Amino acid sequence: MNWEVIIKWLPRLSEGALLTLELVAIAVVAGLILAIPMGIARASRHWYVRALPYGYIFFFRGTPLLVQLFLVYYGLAQFDAVREGPLWPYLRSPYWCAIITMTLHTAAYIAEILRGAIQAVPQGEIEAARALGMSRAKTMFYIVLPRAARIGLPAYSNEVILMLKASSLASTVTLLELTGMARTIIARTYLPVEIFFAAGMFYLVIAFVLVRGFKLLERWLRVDACQGR
Amino acid sequence: MAEATPALEIRDLHKRYGDLEVLKGISLTAHDGAVISILGSSGSGKSTFLRCINLLENPHQGQIIVAGEELKLKPAKNGELVAADNKQINRMRSEIGFVFQNFNLWPHMSVLDNIIEAPRRVLGQSKAEAIEVAEALLAKVGIADKRHVYPNQLSGGQQQRAAIARTLAMQPKVILFDEPTSALDPEMVQEVLNVIRALAEEGRTMLLVTHEMNFARQVSSEVVFLHQGLVEEQGPPEQVFTNPSSARCKQFMSSNH
Repeated sequence: MNWEVIIKWLPRLSEGALLTLELVAIAVVAGLILAIPMGIARASRHWYVRALPYGYIFFFRGTPLLVQLFLVYYGLAQFDAVREGPLWPYLRSPYWCAIITMTLHTAAYIAEILRGAIQAVPQGEIEAARALGMSRAKTMFYIVLPRAARIGLPAYSNEVILMLKASSLASTVTLLELTGMARTIIARTYLPVEIFFAAGMFYLVIAFVLVRGFKLLERWLRVDACQGR
Repeated sequence: MAEATPALEIRDLHKRYGDLEVLKGISLTAHDGAVISILGSSGSGKSTFLRCINLLENPHQGQIIVAGEELKLKPAKNGELVAADNKQINRMRSEIGFVFQNFNLWPHMSVLDNIIEAPRRVLGQSKAEAIEVAEALLAKVGIADKRHVYPNQLSGGQQQRAAIARTLAMQPKVILFDEPTSALDPEMVQEVLNVIRALAEEGRTMLLVTHEMNFARQVSSEVVFLHQGLVEEQGPPEQVFTNPSSARCKQFMSSNH
């Protein structure tokens, strides 16, 4: 193992790691924001409210992220309307294509996590809110969502870790995030073992920090105390 | 002499689950300060009756009148009656307290937060206002020192007392108790009953579904015995307990002494 090479390229790998973090952070936060209305709609009593997010989730969960990324990055440019549209400055950039695709993709998964969490809130706790005179909307907003957030948090943290690793696909559309950067360095040094090892360590460290962070968040939100009731 | 408007009046309440008719026309009037115990064996429809009053269950027929205001109902597709006016049912629910068998406290909130949530969100009280009321209520039910504790750190009896405080914080006109001590260990039953007794002595209007026969006998102004979805016996506790006219009620009372 050639440690000197690893140390020499650490700054560049760190740059890649930073871009990875940026992609994942934006995707899972924006995805969460998108997923909240979808998750609520998915838990609706009315089939026509459930249908729209169902179609969305069916599509984004049923196809690979890589295919979605290619469709957005290579596919959208086929349409004149897109190329001449106001969003073209964004849609032509691999960075925004990756962000948009990852966000839409993870939103589908988070929406399903949220639906499950909403439906797992014990009926009695909802009845208690309704019996005190809270409307459906207030019950959802003040009781069900805060409660569902705690139920769904472990699954959400899992999704964030999955997105961390899925973000390596962004390298296929020329982005120099951690994996892309590693491949670029390898093209120069011809040392795939060292560089991929280093990149893997970066992923491990990031995943470890995320896991610890979510653990703290779970403790702070008292997730354990709310389970098994 | 014209009688005062009753705090709660139920007329001819019917409820079915599929083909099974659980309530076959129950009427009941609770005047201000009345404490009405509802007794009966399992499956007699006691809890269903209570839950129909604030539409946690939807009846198929009947009228519900709280302090002279009739709850507006409309038939749904499946034949049940549902609230016709969402604003009205939410307001009326806030006036009808409901205490559950399983407490149903929100486990992610401290005891204090459990109590101030509805007054803030429904009655629009400020946080400071709601906390002031909540602390007085916690003192009243005897768990003032538990205000920052979470429900899972409390005993069953303490949880039920917190749940009663949560209900009282809405200043309800009527309180419905749905077997409030049935989920408790025997040694905790008394502390909850003492709180309910204190409320009865305050002159609150209450409906109480319970299996605590002695307690019902002591605190009630009226006892209703349900059997197979109908009122089988009704009257002052002494009469219903010692001298019931119905054979079924007599049998129930003797087997529960």
